[in-house]
Amino acid sequence: MAQNALIRGLQQVGDHALKIVERMGAVMIFLGLILVHSANSFRRFGLTIREVYFAGVQSLIIILVSGLFVGMVLGLQGYETLQNYGSEQSVGILVALSLVRELGPVVAALLFASRAGSAITAEIGLMKATEQLSAMEMMAINPIARVVAPRFWGGVISMPLLAMLFSAMGIVGGFLVAVVLIGVDAGAFWSQMQSAVDFRHDIVNGIIKSLVFGVAISAIATFEGYEAPPTAEGVSGATTRTVVSSSLAILALDLVLTAFMLKGWN
Amino acid sequence: MERSTLNLWVGVFVLLGFFAFLMLAFKVGNLSDGGGTSTYTVISHFDNIGQLKERAPVRSSGVLVGRVKSVRFDPVHYNAEVTLAIDGRYLFPKDTSASVLTSGILGEQYVGLDAGGDDQKLKQGDEIKITQGAVVLERLISQFMFNKAQDSGSDKGNKK
Repeated sequence: MAQNALIRGLQQVGDHALKIVERMGAVMIFLGLILVHSANSFRRFGLTIREVYFAGVQSLIIILVSGLFVGMVLGLQGYETLQNYGSEQSVGILVALSLVRELGPVVAALLFASRAGSAITAEIGLMKATEQLSAMEMMAINPIARVVAPRFWGGVISMPLLAMLFSAMGIVGGFLVAVVLIGVDAGAFWSQMQSAVDFRHDIVNGIIKSLVFGVAISAIATFEGYEAPPTAEGVSGATTRTVVSSSLAILALDLVLTAFMLKGWN
Repeated sequence: MERSTLNLWVGVFVLLGFFAFLMLAFKVGNLSDGGGTSTYTVISHFDNIGQLKERAPVRSSGVLVGRVKSVRFDPVHYNAEVTLAIDGRYLFPKDTSASVLTSGILGEQYVGLDAGGDDQKLKQGDEIKITQGAVVLERLISQFMFNKAQDSGSDKGNKK
Protein backbone atom coordinates (compact mmCIF):
# COMPACT_ATOMS: atom_id res chain seq x y z
CA MET A 1 0.00 0.00 0.00
CA ALA A 2 2.73 2.36 1.03
CA GLN A 3 4.60 1.53 -2.15
CA ASN A 4 1.55 2.29 -4.26
CA ALA A 5 1.17 5.68 -2.60
CA LEU A 6 4.83 6.40 -3.21
CA ILE A 7 4.57 5.47 -6.88
CA ARG A 8 1.45 7.54 -7.29
CA GLY A 9 3.19 10.49 -5.65
CA LEU A 10 6.12 10.13 -8.04
CA GLN A 11 3.75 9.86 -10.98
CA GLN A 12 2.11 13.11 -9.99
CA VAL A 13 5.47 14.85 -9.76
CA GLY A 14 6.43 13.49 -13.19
CA ASP A 15 3.09 14.49 -14.66
CA HIS A 16 3.49 18.00 -13.29
CA ALA A 17 7.02 18.34 -14.62
CA LEU A 18 6.00 17.11 -18.07
CA LYS A 19 3.10 19.59 -18.15
CA ILE A 20 5.43 22.47 -17.29
CA VAL A 21 7.87 21.50 -20.05
CA GLU A 22 4.98 21.02 -22.46
CA ARG A 23 3.65 24.50 -21.69
CA MET A 24 7.08 26.06 -22.19
CA GLY A 25 7.31 24.35 -25.57
CA ALA A 26 3.81 25.54 -26.45
CA VAL A 27 4.79 29.15 -25.60
CA MET A 28 7.82 28.88 -27.89
CA ILE A 29 5.69 27.52 -30.75
CA PHE A 30 3.17 30.31 -30.15
CA LEU A 31 6.02 32.86 -30.23
CA GLY A 32 7.06 31.42 -33.61
CA LEU A 33 3.48 31.72 -34.83
CA ILE A 34 3.32 35.37 -33.72
CA LEU A 35 6.58 36.15 -35.54
CA VAL A 36 5.28 34.50 -38.73
CA HIS A 37 2.08 36.57 -38.59
CA SER A 38 3.76 39.85 -37.58
CA ALA A 39 3.83 41.55 -40.98
CA ASN A 40 0.35 42.98 -40.43
CA SER A 41 1.27 44.73 -37.17
CA PHE A 42 3.92 46.74 -39.03
CA ARG A 43 2.01 47.33 -42.23
CA ARG A 44 -0.89 48.66 -40.19
CA PHE A 45 1.24 50.27 -37.55
CA GLY A 46 -1.78 52.04 -36.02
CA LEU A 47 -2.80 48.73 -34.46
CA THR A 48 0.55 48.43 -32.72
CA ILE A 49 0.55 52.09 -31.64
CA ARG A 50 -2.80 51.48 -29.96
CA GLU A 51 -1.23 48.62 -27.99
CA VAL A 52 1.83 50.69 -27.10
CA TYR A 53 -0.64 53.14 -25.59
CA PHE A 54 -2.43 50.50 -23.52
CA ALA A 55 0.70 48.61 -22.46
CA GLY A 56 3.28 51.39 -22.26
CA VAL A 57 1.67 54.78 -21.68
CA GLN A 58 -0.76 53.45 -19.11
CA SER A 59 2.09 51.78 -17.17
CA LEU A 60 4.00 55.06 -17.16
CA ILE A 61 2.77 56.38 -13.81
CA ILE A 62 3.46 53.20 -11.83
CA ILE A 63 6.89 52.81 -13.46
CA LEU A 64 7.96 56.42 -12.83
CA VAL A 65 6.73 56.51 -9.22
CA SER A 66 8.22 53.11 -8.35
CA GLY A 67 11.50 54.08 -10.01
CA LEU A 68 11.66 57.25 -7.95
CA PHE A 69 11.02 55.36 -4.70
CA VAL A 70 13.48 52.57 -5.50
CA GLY A 71 16.18 55.12 -6.33
CA MET A 72 15.50 57.05 -3.12
CA VAL A 73 15.73 53.89 -1.01
CA LEU A 74 18.97 52.94 -2.76
CA GLY A 75 20.35 56.39 -2.02
CA LEU A 76 19.45 56.15 1.67
CA GLN A 77 20.67 52.59 2.18
CA GLY A 78 23.80 53.10 0.11
CA TYR A 79 24.73 56.27 1.99
CA GLU A 80 24.14 54.55 5.34
CA THR A 81 26.58 51.74 4.49
CA LEU A 82 29.16 53.64 2.46
CA GLN A 83 29.47 56.30 5.15
CA ASN A 84 31.13 53.66 7.39
CA TYR A 85 33.97 53.47 4.90
CA GLY A 86 34.20 57.19 4.37
CA SER A 87 33.27 56.86 0.70
CA GLU A 88 29.78 58.33 0.66
CA GLN A 89 30.49 59.99 -2.69
CA SER A 90 30.37 56.53 -4.24
CA VAL A 91 26.64 56.41 -3.56
CA GLY A 92 26.17 57.66 -7.13
CA ILE A 93 28.00 54.62 -8.48
CA LEU A 94 25.96 52.30 -6.30
CA VAL A 95 22.62 53.80 -7.33
CA ALA A 96 23.45 54.04 -11.03
CA LEU A 97 25.03 50.61 -11.45
CA SER A 98 22.41 48.70 -9.52
CA LEU A 99 19.62 50.48 -11.41
CA VAL A 100 21.09 50.32 -14.90
CA ARG A 101 22.35 46.75 -14.65
CA GLU A 102 19.71 45.00 -12.57
CA LEU A 103 16.89 46.83 -10.86
CA GLY A 104 15.80 48.95 -13.83
CA PRO A 105 15.17 46.08 -16.24
CA VAL A 106 14.01 43.54 -13.63
CA VAL A 107 11.71 45.62 -11.44
CA ALA A 108 10.26 47.44 -14.44
CA ALA A 109 9.62 44.05 -16.07
CA LEU A 110 7.94 42.67 -12.94
CA LEU A 111 5.72 45.75 -12.72
CA PHE A 112 5.03 45.58 -16.44
CA ALA A 113 4.04 41.89 -16.18
CA SER A 114 1.53 42.58 -13.43
CA ARG A 115 0.25 45.87 -14.86
CA ALA A 116 0.15 45.25 -18.62
CA GLY A 117 0.72 41.50 -19.02
CA SER A 118 -2.31 40.59 -16.95
CA ALA A 119 -4.43 43.12 -18.86
CA ILE A 120 -3.36 41.63 -22.20
CA THR A 121 -4.22 38.12 -21.01
CA ALA A 122 -7.61 39.17 -19.64
CA GLU A 123 -8.46 41.06 -22.83
CA ILE A 124 -7.56 38.25 -25.21
CA GLY A 125 -9.08 35.64 -22.90
CA LEU A 126 -12.36 37.54 -22.76
CA MET A 127 -12.35 38.00 -26.54
CA LYS A 128 -12.04 34.23 -26.78
CA ALA A 129 -14.73 33.58 -24.17
CA THR A 130 -17.17 35.85 -25.98
CA GLU A 131 -16.26 34.10 -29.25
CA GLN A 132 -14.91 37.23 -30.93
CA LEU A 133 -11.84 35.29 -32.03
CA SER A 134 -13.97 32.55 -33.63
CA ALA A 135 -16.02 35.24 -35.32
CA MET A 136 -12.84 36.68 -36.85
CA GLU A 137 -11.83 33.27 -38.12
CA MET A 138 -15.27 32.96 -39.71
CA MET A 139 -14.56 36.19 -41.60
CA ALA A 140 -11.20 34.77 -42.71
CA ILE A 141 -9.29 37.19 -40.47
CA ASN A 142 -6.40 35.52 -38.69
CA PRO A 143 -6.83 36.41 -35.01
CA ILE A 144 -3.12 35.95 -34.34
CA ALA A 145 -2.23 38.54 -36.97
CA ARG A 146 -5.08 40.91 -36.05
CA VAL A 147 -5.29 40.62 -32.25
CA VAL A 148 -2.25 38.84 -30.84
CA ALA A 149 0.71 40.14 -32.85
CA PRO A 150 0.01 43.88 -32.31
CA ARG A 151 -0.29 43.30 -28.56
CA PHE A 152 2.94 41.32 -28.59
CA TRP A 153 4.84 44.04 -30.45
CA GLY A 154 3.26 46.75 -28.33
CA GLY A 155 4.71 45.05 -25.27
CA VAL A 156 8.10 44.47 -26.87
CA ILE A 157 8.38 48.15 -27.89
CA SER A 158 7.20 49.48 -24.53
CA MET A 159 9.37 47.38 -22.25
CA PRO A 160 12.86 48.86 -23.00
CA LEU A 161 11.46 52.40 -22.90
CA LEU A 162 9.85 51.74 -19.54
CA ALA A 163 13.02 50.15 -18.15
CA MET A 164 15.12 53.15 -19.23
CA LEU A 165 12.59 55.54 -17.71
CA PHE A 166 12.66 53.50 -14.50
CA SER A 167 16.46 53.71 -14.32
CA ALA A 168 16.56 57.41 -15.15
CA MET A 169 13.86 58.18 -12.60
CA GLY A 170 15.64 56.05 -9.99
CA ILE A 171 18.87 57.95 -10.51
CA VAL A 172 16.98 61.22 -10.09
CA GLY A 173 15.54 59.78 -6.86
CA GLY A 174 19.00 58.75 -5.66
CA PHE A 175 20.27 62.24 -6.51
CA LEU A 176 17.43 63.88 -4.57
CA VAL A 177 18.12 61.84 -1.44
CA ALA A 178 21.91 61.76 -1.53
CA VAL A 179 22.68 65.27 -2.77
CA VAL A 180 19.68 67.45 -1.97
CA LEU A 181 18.60 65.80 1.28
CA ILE A 182 21.81 64.43 2.83
CA GLY A 183 24.29 66.79 1.20
CA VAL A 184 26.75 64.59 -0.69
CA ASP A 185 28.75 66.74 -3.11
CA ALA A 186 26.89 66.93 -6.42
CA GLY A 187 30.03 67.07 -8.56
CA ALA A 188 31.51 63.96 -6.98
CA PHE A 189 28.15 62.19 -7.22
CA TRP A 190 27.93 62.64 -11.00
CA SER A 191 31.61 62.35 -11.88
CA GLN A 192 32.15 59.13 -9.92
CA MET A 193 29.00 57.75 -11.55
CA GLN A 194 30.25 58.69 -15.01
CA SER A 195 33.64 57.12 -14.49
CA ALA A 196 32.10 53.86 -13.27
CA VAL A 197 29.16 53.38 -15.65
CA ASP A 198 30.22 52.18 -19.08
CA PHE A 199 27.90 52.80 -22.01
CA ARG A 200 28.49 49.50 -23.78
CA HIS A 201 28.90 47.19 -20.77
CA ASP A 202 26.25 48.59 -18.47
CA ILE A 203 23.66 50.63 -20.32
CA VAL A 204 23.42 48.67 -23.57
CA ASN A 205 23.40 45.37 -21.67
CA GLY A 206 20.58 46.68 -19.49
CA ILE A 207 18.58 47.58 -22.58
CA ILE A 208 19.21 44.12 -24.08
CA LYS A 209 17.92 42.59 -20.85
CA SER A 210 14.74 44.63 -20.89
CA LEU A 211 14.16 43.73 -24.54
CA VAL A 212 14.43 40.01 -23.73
CA PHE A 213 12.07 40.45 -20.78
CA GLY A 214 9.63 42.32 -23.05
CA VAL A 215 9.58 39.40 -25.49
CA ALA A 216 9.10 36.88 -22.67
CA ILE A 217 6.29 38.79 -20.93
CA SER A 218 4.42 39.57 -24.14
CA ALA A 219 4.71 35.99 -25.42
CA ILE A 220 3.52 34.50 -22.13
CA ALA A 221 0.70 37.03 -21.70
CA THR A 222 -0.69 36.59 -25.21
CA PHE A 223 -0.27 32.81 -25.04
CA GLU A 224 -2.14 32.52 -21.74
CA GLY A 225 -4.96 34.69 -23.08
CA TYR A 226 -5.19 32.80 -26.35
CA GLU A 227 -5.17 29.39 -24.66
CA ALA A 228 -7.44 30.38 -21.74
CA PRO A 229 -10.49 28.17 -21.19
CA PRO A 230 -13.43 30.27 -22.43
CA THR A 231 -15.06 30.70 -19.03
CA ALA A 232 -14.94 33.34 -16.31
CA GLU A 233 -12.85 31.00 -14.15
CA GLY A 234 -10.58 30.14 -17.06
CA VAL A 235 -9.80 33.80 -17.78
CA SER A 236 -9.11 34.62 -14.13
CA GLY A 237 -6.82 31.56 -13.85
CA ALA A 238 -4.99 32.56 -17.02
CA THR A 239 -4.43 36.08 -15.69
CA THR A 240 -2.91 34.70 -12.50
CA ARG A 241 -0.72 32.30 -14.48
CA THR A 242 0.54 35.15 -16.65
CA VAL A 243 1.80 37.10 -13.65
CA VAL A 244 3.30 34.05 -11.93
CA SER A 245 5.02 32.49 -14.92
CA SER A 246 6.27 35.73 -16.44
CA SER A 247 7.73 36.81 -13.08
CA LEU A 248 9.53 33.49 -12.80
CA ALA A 249 10.66 33.73 -16.43
CA ILE A 250 12.02 37.26 -15.83
CA LEU A 251 14.07 36.23 -12.81
CA ALA A 252 15.39 33.04 -14.42
CA LEU A 253 16.28 34.83 -17.67
CA ASP A 254 17.93 37.57 -15.64
CA LEU A 255 20.25 35.05 -14.00
CA VAL A 256 21.24 33.56 -17.36
CA LEU A 257 21.72 36.96 -19.04
CA THR A 258 23.70 38.38 -16.12
CA ALA A 259 26.00 35.34 -16.11
CA PHE A 260 26.67 35.80 -19.80
CA MET A 261 27.10 39.57 -19.60
CA LEU A 262 29.56 39.46 -16.72
CA LYS A 263 31.61 36.73 -18.36
CA GLY A 264 31.46 38.22 -21.84
CA TRP A 265 29.57 36.49 -24.63
CA ASN A 266 32.26 34.01 -25.65
CA MET B 1 -10.28 57.03 -27.48
CA GLU B 2 -9.58 59.37 -30.41
CA ARG B 3 -6.89 58.16 -32.74
CA SER B 4 -5.05 61.49 -32.62
CA THR B 5 -4.91 61.74 -28.80
CA LEU B 6 -3.71 58.16 -28.73
CA ASN B 7 -0.93 58.94 -31.15
CA LEU B 8 -0.05 62.03 -29.14
CA TRP B 9 0.34 60.06 -25.92
CA VAL B 10 2.40 57.36 -27.58
CA GLY B 11 4.55 60.10 -29.09
CA VAL B 12 5.08 61.65 -25.65
CA PHE B 13 5.90 58.20 -24.25
CA VAL B 14 8.46 57.41 -26.94
CA LEU B 15 10.02 60.84 -26.57
CA LEU B 16 10.27 60.41 -22.80
CA GLY B 17 11.94 57.04 -23.31
CA PHE B 18 14.36 58.63 -25.75
CA PHE B 19 15.24 61.36 -23.25
CA ALA B 20 15.79 58.70 -20.58
CA PHE B 21 18.16 56.94 -22.97
CA LEU B 22 20.06 60.16 -23.65
CA MET B 23 20.29 60.90 -19.94
CA LEU B 24 21.59 57.40 -19.22
CA ALA B 25 24.09 57.60 -22.07
CA PHE B 26 25.52 61.06 -21.43
CA LYS B 27 24.74 62.07 -17.86
CA VAL B 28 25.08 58.67 -16.17
CA GLY B 29 27.31 56.79 -18.60
CA ASN B 30 30.66 57.66 -20.07
CA LEU B 31 29.57 58.28 -23.65
CA SER B 32 30.27 62.01 -23.24
CA ASP B 33 33.90 61.60 -22.23
CA GLY B 34 35.28 59.74 -25.16
CA GLY B 35 33.29 56.54 -25.02
CA GLY B 36 33.34 56.53 -28.78
CA THR B 37 36.65 58.20 -29.58
CA SER B 38 39.43 56.19 -31.15
CA THR B 39 42.04 54.47 -29.03
CA TYR B 40 45.44 52.97 -29.68
CA THR B 41 46.82 49.97 -27.84
CA VAL B 42 50.25 49.53 -26.32
CA ILE B 43 51.53 46.50 -24.46
CA SER B 44 53.59 46.37 -21.31
CA HIS B 45 55.07 43.56 -19.22
CA PHE B 46 54.84 43.58 -15.45
CA ASP B 47 56.51 41.17 -13.04
CA ASN B 48 53.41 41.35 -10.85
CA ILE B 49 50.07 43.00 -11.55
CA GLY B 50 48.41 42.37 -8.17
CA GLN B 51 44.65 42.65 -8.55
CA LEU B 52 44.66 44.56 -11.84
CA LYS B 53 41.68 43.57 -13.97
CA GLU B 54 40.38 44.19 -17.45
CA ARG B 55 38.75 47.62 -17.89
CA ALA B 56 40.73 49.02 -14.96
CA PRO B 57 41.56 52.70 -15.50
CA VAL B 58 44.83 53.95 -16.96
CA ARG B 59 45.72 57.30 -15.44
CA SER B 60 48.42 59.83 -16.02
CA SER B 61 48.81 62.53 -13.35
CA GLY B 62 45.53 61.23 -11.99
CA VAL B 63 43.58 61.91 -15.20
CA LEU B 64 41.81 59.02 -16.90
CA VAL B 65 43.56 58.49 -20.26
CA GLY B 66 42.57 54.92 -21.10
CA ARG B 67 41.58 51.49 -19.92
CA VAL B 68 43.23 48.10 -19.49
CA LYS B 69 42.14 46.09 -22.50
CA SER B 70 43.42 42.65 -21.59
CA VAL B 71 45.60 40.89 -19.07
CA ARG B 72 47.30 37.60 -19.85
CA PHE B 73 50.26 35.55 -18.74
CA ASP B 74 53.19 35.67 -21.15
CA PRO B 75 54.57 32.11 -21.39
CA VAL B 76 57.82 33.32 -22.99
CA HIS B 77 58.92 35.96 -20.49
CA TYR B 78 57.08 34.38 -17.52
CA ASN B 79 55.43 37.61 -16.54
CA ALA B 80 52.12 39.41 -17.03
CA GLU B 81 51.39 41.02 -20.39
CA VAL B 82 48.95 43.90 -20.07
CA THR B 83 47.41 45.55 -23.12
CA LEU B 84 46.41 49.18 -22.56
CA ALA B 85 43.90 51.00 -24.74
CA ILE B 86 44.83 54.67 -24.58
CA ASP B 87 42.63 57.52 -25.76
CA GLY B 88 43.75 58.71 -29.20
CA ARG B 89 43.74 62.32 -28.01
CA TYR B 90 46.68 61.64 -25.69
CA LEU B 91 50.08 60.82 -27.16
CA PHE B 92 52.87 59.74 -24.82
CA PRO B 93 56.64 59.77 -25.39
CA LYS B 94 58.35 56.48 -26.21
CA ASP B 95 60.15 56.29 -22.86
CA THR B 96 56.99 56.63 -20.78
CA SER B 97 56.97 54.36 -17.74
CA ALA B 98 53.99 52.38 -16.47
CA SER B 99 53.36 51.17 -12.95
CA VAL B 100 50.55 49.33 -11.21
CA LEU B 101 49.22 51.56 -8.45
CA THR B 102 46.41 51.41 -5.93
CA SER B 103 43.93 54.21 -5.36
CA GLY B 104 43.55 54.61 -1.62
CA ILE B 105 44.53 51.85 0.78
CA LEU B 106 41.88 49.34 -0.19
CA GLY B 107 40.88 50.90 -3.50
CA GLU B 108 40.95 49.48 -7.00
CA GLN B 109 44.22 49.04 -8.83
CA TYR B 110 45.06 51.04 -11.92
CA VAL B 111 47.93 51.62 -14.29
CA GLY B 112 49.75 54.90 -13.82
CA LEU B 113 51.69 56.39 -16.74
CA ASP B 114 54.60 58.78 -16.18
CA ALA B 115 55.63 60.60 -19.34
CA GLY B 116 59.29 60.57 -20.33
CA GLY B 117 61.24 63.03 -22.46
CA ASP B 118 61.58 61.28 -25.81
CA ASP B 119 60.67 63.13 -29.04
CA GLN B 120 59.15 59.97 -30.51
CA LYS B 121 55.61 59.17 -29.47
CA LEU B 122 54.12 55.77 -28.64
CA LYS B 123 52.25 54.26 -31.57
CA GLN B 124 49.71 51.49 -31.97
CA GLY B 125 51.28 48.16 -30.91
CA ASP B 126 54.36 49.68 -29.25
CA GLU B 127 55.66 48.40 -25.96
CA ILE B 128 56.19 50.37 -22.78
CA LYS B 129 59.63 49.17 -21.69
CA ILE B 130 59.97 50.73 -18.25
CA THR B 131 57.45 49.16 -15.91
CA GLN B 132 56.98 48.64 -12.23
CA GLY B 133 54.68 45.94 -10.87
CA ALA B 134 52.29 46.07 -7.97
CA VAL B 135 53.54 46.22 -4.42
CA VAL B 136 52.63 42.99 -2.65
CA LEU B 137 51.78 43.66 0.96
CA GLU B 138 52.97 40.25 2.24
CA ARG B 139 56.42 40.73 0.73
CA LEU B 140 56.64 44.23 2.14
CA ILE B 141 55.74 42.98 5.61
CA SER B 142 58.10 40.00 5.46
CA GLN B 143 60.91 42.25 4.29
CA PHE B 144 60.21 44.62 7.16
CA MET B 145 60.14 41.76 9.68
CA PHE B 146 63.34 40.32 8.26
CA ASN B 147 65.13 43.64 8.56
CA LYS B 148 63.80 44.10 12.08
CA ALA B 149 64.99 40.63 13.10
CA GLN B 150 68.37 41.29 11.53
CA ASP B 151 68.70 44.62 13.37
CA SER B 152 67.85 43.15 16.79
CA GLY B 153 70.18 40.21 16.08
CA SER B 154 73.09 42.54 15.36
CA ASP B 155 72.20 44.61 18.44
CA LYS B 156 72.65 41.54 20.66
CA GLY B 157 75.93 40.82 18.93
CA ASN B 158 77.18 44.31 19.81
CA LYS B 159 76.31 43.92 23.48
CA LYS B 160 78.49 40.82 23.80
